[in-house]
Amino acid sequence: MEILDILLSATFWAAAVRIATPLIFATMGELICERAGVLNLGIEGIMAMGAFTGWIAVYAGADLWAGVGAAFLAGMLFGLLHGVLTAPFGLSQHVVGLGITLLASAVAAFAYRVSLPQVTNPPKIEPFQAVAPALADFPILGPALFAQTPLTWAAFAVAGLTAFVLWRTPLGLAVRAAGESPEAVAAQGLSVNGLRIGAVMVGSGLMAVGGAFLTLSAFSSFFFEMVNGRGWVCIALVVFGAWRPGKALLGALLFAAFDALQVRLQQTPMGADIPYQIFLMAPYALSILALVVMSRRAAAPAALMIPWRKGER
Amino acid sequence: MRLEPIPAPGPARRFGLPALALAATAALGSLLALIAGAEPFGVLGLIAKGAFGSKFALLETLNRATPLIFTGLAVAVAFRARLWNIGAEAQLYAGALMAVLIGAGTPAISGPFLLPFMALAAMLAGALLLLGPALLKTRLGVDEVVTTLLLNFIMLLFVSMLLEGPLKDPMGMGWPKSEALAREARLPRIVEGLRLHWGFGLALIAALLVWLLQSRTTLGFEMRAVGENSAAARYAGMPVERTIALTALLSGGLAALAGFSEVSGLKGNLTLDLSPGFGYAGVIVAMLALLHPLGVVLSALFVAGVFVGADSMSRAAGVPTYIADILLAAALLFMSLAILLTRFRVARD
Repeated sequence: MEILDILLSATFWAAAVRIATPLIFATMGELICERAGVLNLGIEGIMAMGAFTGWIAVYAGADLWAGVGAAFLAGMLFGLLHGVLTAPFGLSQHVVGLGITLLASAVAAFAYRVSLPQVTNPPKIEPFQAVAPALADFPILGPALFAQTPLTWAAFAVAGLTAFVLWRTPLGLAVRAAGESPEAVAAQGLSVNGLRIGAVMVGSGLMAVGGAFLTLSAFSSFFFEMVNGRGWVCIALVVFGAWRPGKALLGALLFAAFDALQVRLQQTPMGADIPYQIFLMAPYALSILALVVMSRRAAAPAALMIPWRKGER
Repeated sequence: MRLEPIPAPGPARRFGLPALALAATAALGSLLALIAGAEPFGVLGLIAKGAFGSKFALLETLNRATPLIFTGLAVAVAFRARLWNIGAEAQLYAGALMAVLIGAGTPAISGPFLLPFMALAAMLAGALLLLGPALLKTRLGVDEVVTTLLLNFIMLLFVSMLLEGPLKDPMGMGWPKSEALAREARLPRIVEGLRLHWGFGLALIAALLVWLLQSRTTLGFEMRAVGENSAAARYAGMPVERTIALTALLSGGLAALAGFSEVSGLKGNLTLDLSPGFGYAGVIVAMLALLHPLGVVLSALFVAGVFVGADSMSRAAGVPTYIADILLAAALLFMSLAILLTRFRVARD
């Protein structure tokens, strides 16, 4: 059975973890925003911006980790814009988010063309290398764990950190309360809008790092449209994960495993008879299906998408 | 800070702030031109000239505005009822697909019924494509933003599959494009000799009809009521679910007409690059028009002008065309803020 062969191959699991990496960063970013009560539809554009910023920094001679830092800062900047417009000004989170996605993708494309006016072939950078290639020879789990770049390990660390901060620290409690019952936060003398802006900035920074993984670890060049809907998938993953970092992490890994599987099924004799587009559609269709299945159990933060105005309820 | 409502905003506020938003967009354009190493004010002039400066430019802008009026109307109708349809891109391709399925090669029907049949079939396809997400929203509470966005990707792959499979033009030298439409399946030009097709006329009629529907009919009233406060609308005995479903059918149908009009009026066949994001730009068109159907026509002309003007400016001044996308996204954000501030004043706590 071909599927079984694929599932038992070590490269399959390595690919699944690799594909999951940008999704984990961006899903945690979106989860933090939504936990604070802000739907961030800027995700798709912010990921593109992160992919570009990280890449151009390294192309200009910066260290790879400095590239990741630059991407995080670029994401925070767009997060600041999103946060200010949606929290204190209370503009529609749908409209602002889409506006940010259009703006950030366009800024990335414009900046790329301005910095490299004459190139036809996208130049490459020297990307992150595997953490411990020597250990990657272990059967099955070796490649999945050790053939990965440090950014993949960082993604899992970020998922753990997100869960820890949101559920084990006073700051996390305040952020979650800003998304559940902002009036309680205000009664404590804390600033709901301040918390929301901060959460959206950090969340957007993580989304941008997810984008930067694409250029600094996966592809080593910047392409237009390289994010290719990953941001929208992450929004579905947050719902699928019921706004919980652990479940969302699991969802990202499942999704990535499915994505890795469809790529491999395309190359089997059976897959050769089916148009390749069917395989490429499957991840998007799966995201919709996940939303439908989870719809009855989904427990969205109570104040998600509701602007907070002092004195109003 | 907090926002204080202004009871009766004066005209200076109501018109000054939106004007300021446009001025800020223009200022941003100059800044971007400067960054790209061009002469800042010259670039803005070149964009305006490239969009409206000659008969050729103007016709090009009107042609580009045509699909934007349709997608802008689709978004305006949906957003008014708070149905967040971000899938106009997919619905556009659904319409284009129907136009090609019916009108390419030797159409099964001929005569004066062919074009209306194509248009109706296109509308039906687009309408049904949005009905799914709308029903998932009302029945199961599945967020329609994500489903409509994901459907854009699925639809594009579906079109790609058909263009490399059953719809592929055998004479197409291997390119993924459909066979050309039959002569009688093409929308005629409005004036013989002028490069402007009846799709534009159809778009104007659609805007007028949507305006009449929204301002003169019970359904239009219900759509607005559901958008403003669906709980109150339900309490008042309005069929909220049915209204959202009807809104979805209308919105999807309008977006699909953009695809029909582009295929039948302009391109004559279907390729994967039929729409350079008309569906997404429809969101900008609708928001700049404050969701008013007649305003959509004006704002589609503005958005089309920026795109067409930027193309022509880019050839002359070398500033990347992506400046248009930045300016329009910025205009959307500036204008949303400006409109808010016409009704609210920022006060310190």
